[in-house]
Amino acid sequence: MNDSQGILWEVFIQSKPGQPHKHAGSVHAHDNEMALQNARDLYCRRSEGTNLWVVPASEIVASSPEDIGSFFEPSNDKVYRHPTFYNVPEGITHM
Amino acid sequence: MNSLKLDENQLIENFEAKLAKNEMIEPKDWMPAQYRKHLIRQISQHAHSEIIGMQPEGNWITRAPSMRRKMVLLAKVQDEAGHGLYLYSAAESMGISREEMLEQLHTGEAKYSSIFNYPTLTWADMGAIGWLVDGAAIMNQVMLQRTSYGPYARAMVRICKEESFHQRQGYEIMNVLASGSPEQKEMAQDALNRWWWPSLMMFGPRDEESPNSAQAIKWKIKRETNDQLRQRFVNQTVSQVEKIGLVVPDKAIKWNEAKKGYDFGEINWDEFWTVVKGNGPCNKLRIANKIKSHDEGAWVREAANAHAEKNNKTKAA
Repeated sequence: MNDSQGILWEVFIQSKPGQPHKHAGSVHAHDNEMALQNARDLYCRRSEGTNLWVVPASEIVASSPEDIGSFFEPSNDKVYRHPTFYNVPEGITHM
Repeated sequence: MNSLKLDENQLIENFEAKLAKNEMIEPKDWMPAQYRKHLIRQISQHAHSEIIGMQPEGNWITRAPSMRRKMVLLAKVQDEAGHGLYLYSAAESMGISREEMLEQLHTGEAKYSSIFNYPTLTWADMGAIGWLVDGAAIMNQVMLQRTSYGPYARAMVRICKEESFHQRQGYEIMNVLASGSPEQKEMAQDALNRWWWPSLMMFGPRDEESPNSAQAIKWKIKRETNDQLRQRFVNQTVSQVEKIGLVVPDKAIKWNEAKKGYDFGEINWDEFWTVVKGNGPCNKLRIANKIKSHDEGAWVREAANAHAEKNNKTKAA
């Protein structure tokens, strides 16, 4: 007898057309279709969304929190990527 | 920057620094084994409470006095199922499996809130539960929205949003009964009498009897103590009782101007421990029902699994 609860899926909800999908939580399901239906039943009981993504949790690749420094550091010393790095003569607007 | 070279002391220091800044701990962050253990226990027992909590109310769905009440009660019980599932997922992010948690519930190794071991004898109990039991739960859950573990906190935010109708529908039921016939009013008062004290017990033992509390507050899992939350619940609820013409079943209830709160009588702690230890009125029934429904649902899980396997094979071919 297989008493498995299915695999874990991460659920992402788009609240309105045009908005990005946002992580809502997880569900258990055995296949794609069931994952979508379970996610709808669990996370959208009060019209929370217009679109749903479900992704097997094991398929998500995440950066590791311990490497937060070295991983994101390369952007820290490139202040010239920000507009405030540049001097503009006094009185110039709309730039 | 090599995490492998950080020793345990540095890891603990980093962890505590994060807590000090009120930053949340996320699933892949390093955390002390005791913190993980504490939260797995707390979150899974919270999940179990939501699931077992469906039973006392489910008991009245078929006997709801009107279609409106029936729809509301169904929606509420469905919400409780949802809350259980949010919480199981949050606990899973700490590395325990759904199967393990269910096993712990079914064998009695894991506990759930004792309040659900009391029977629901009349329709007024649906009012008292929504109003008092959900009210007490909300008091605790509002605090837990700021708990230090990210997935738990986010589940709490979602749950609190959904809870708000639960308490109102309960109070509405009580209000309607309390302003009805003398028999209806008596039914409401009787439900209040039976649920008042168990609701106060929901906040757990007194602070000095609650050894885990200090650690939980240090780790910012809890932000307030059992006694603080219980006092706030009493302060908020007394006027709600009076407003609908009912009486708090505690002769010691008295406004204390100095502490800007109500003094109240002593909880029957013998009863509290009796129910916690498994000897309340419904402990055995609740678990027997849970196991029965799990076993009877086995064919659904088997079928879903077989269907998924068949589809995978078709795709591969």
